[in-house]
Amino acid sequence: MREMTCIVCPNSCTLKVEEQREEIVVTGNKCKRGREFAAAELKHPMRTVCSTVRTVFPEAPVVPVRVSAEIPKNRIFDVMREINQTVLTVRAAGGDVVIRDVLGLGVDVIATSSMLQSFAELKGEK
Amino acid sequence: MTDYDVLVIGGGPGGLAAAVSAKKEGAGVLLIEREARLGGILKQCIHDGFGLLRFGEKLTGPEYVERFEEEFHKLSISYEVQTFVTSVRKTEKGFYVYAVNAKGVREYRTKAMVLATGCRERTAKQVFIHGTRPAGVFTAGTAQHFVNLMGQMPARRCVILGSGDIGLIMARRLTLEGAKVLGVYEVKPVPSGLTRNLVQCLEDYDIPLFLSHTVTRVFGTGRLTGVEIAGVDERMRPIPGTERYVECDTLILSVGLIPENEMAESLGVPLDIRTKGPICDNRFMTEADGVFTCGNATHVNDLVDYVSESGEIAGRAAASYKKRTGQESEKGRVMMDADASLQYLVPQKLNLGSDLGKVILYFRSSRVLTEGTLTVAVDGQKIFARKYQNLKPPEMERLEIDFTGQCLTKESRVLVSIAEGGGI
Repeated sequence: MREMTCIVCPNSCTLKVEEQREEIVVTGNKCKRGREFAAAELKHPMRTVCSTVRTVFPEAPVVPVRVSAEIPKNRIFDVMREINQTVLTVRAAGGDVVIRDVLGLGVDVIATSSMLQSFAELKGEK
Repeated sequence: MTDYDVLVIGGGPGGLAAAVSAKKEGAGVLLIEREARLGGILKQCIHDGFGLLRFGEKLTGPEYVERFEEEFHKLSISYEVQTFVTSVRKTEKGFYVYAVNAKGVREYRTKAMVLATGCRERTAKQVFIHGTRPAGVFTAGTAQHFVNLMGQMPARRCVILGSGDIGLIMARRLTLEGAKVLGVYEVKPVPSGLTRNLVQCLEDYDIPLFLSHTVTRVFGTGRLTGVEIAGVDERMRPIPGTERYVECDTLILSVGLIPENEMAESLGVPLDIRTKGPICDNRFMTEADGVFTCGNATHVNDLVDYVSESGEIAGRAAASYKKRTGQESEKGRVMMDADASLQYLVPQKLNLGSDLGKVILYFRSSRVLTEGTLTVAVDGQKIFARKYQNLKPPEMERLEIDFTGQCLTKESRVLVSIAEGGGI
């Protein structure tokens, strides 16, 4: 039996996970996402990566980004390398794709803020 | 001078929610923010996990707060950025608020105020560390500002003191950007951050956590060259002989947050020594008539969802304040007495001015309890009880209690307590 903490939500449920032949038995979870988390955690742990990309705009040297869906935990640093090689040259809005299908993982790296556009509006006012 | 019904100080998640809800009630609202952009601290909280309760999704800080900003702008609420409130004067004609910005000294008049000033980090000066004063000692929030907003790395080899959530988040963030985080040292025997952050920020990256340890000394003349670590006893005093030297160029402090209430104190608003925020009622009105509090200025919240919720309640109440004046004082307010089994309880008072109805309470347990029961008693009579599993001081609980039909008066004795075990 393995004990793990579910990281899906702030409840941080303590999961007791037992592998019985083909089946995974999870107890201690308050919701069904805990079971899904435990199952994934045993076979192929997945995580979200949040970071920043550089921009060419002096008022915002970096803009926050994240992956559009979870990626395998063991690819986090590979994705970080891609993110750190990217320079944003357009005033992207939150949700805009910054790197499409990063490393062929089937997920995009997307901007998580429209700050570049707000700064553009601020300039326009002056 | 311009007149408003509600003036909100602070443009973070609490202030934005307060302004939006006050405006929706038909109030004339002005929001004042000292920074160039709205959004407060969430601008730099680029990690995900925000908004699970409110939106049912894991959003990053900027994504969460920009949803509120969008609504704020849609309602065409007036606001001033890069504007700093210097003083507030209470008169019979309302509050006179003085502020400075690029246009000069500004004066505003308002019927009600919402103080959404958030909280501040405890700094190196507030924790007892000996040694020189080298560069390289930052609060976690400052380090976060450097990395996430300025794109600058403040650390190569770093030690983190304190296991607060921001410290844990920064341990991961600095590791992702190539720094070596040597360890997180926590003076208490239990971690202060959320368990999920211990897992996804430390365990995932093999960053060790040392409980009952602290930094006793810093070394270095220009830049930090190392720190001395020591084990502590049960009274958190360093144990002689346990000291060891750790070579590092950065020390990051995540040693607690304190509600910011300088403005509130200048208005004579009494603070609760447990929350370090204003004593308030279920409408988030402080002991000073017309002065409302919300978010992390009231008490340090674990989740922004609760900050937004308190902002909404405070904003709505502030908007209707002008109509209520006079009627409330007769019935008054009753204190809710939270005993020592609770670290604190918010609100501290119940407003008896109109039907109480459903009241939202936020509390923290003083102790770790695998099973605990919270009870509310009025004049010795139990009126509410709820069972909890895994109560921990670092994890805040939210509770809704329906007071409909409870004949409370100013003289009622309301007692809130947590007992060990599940017996109701």
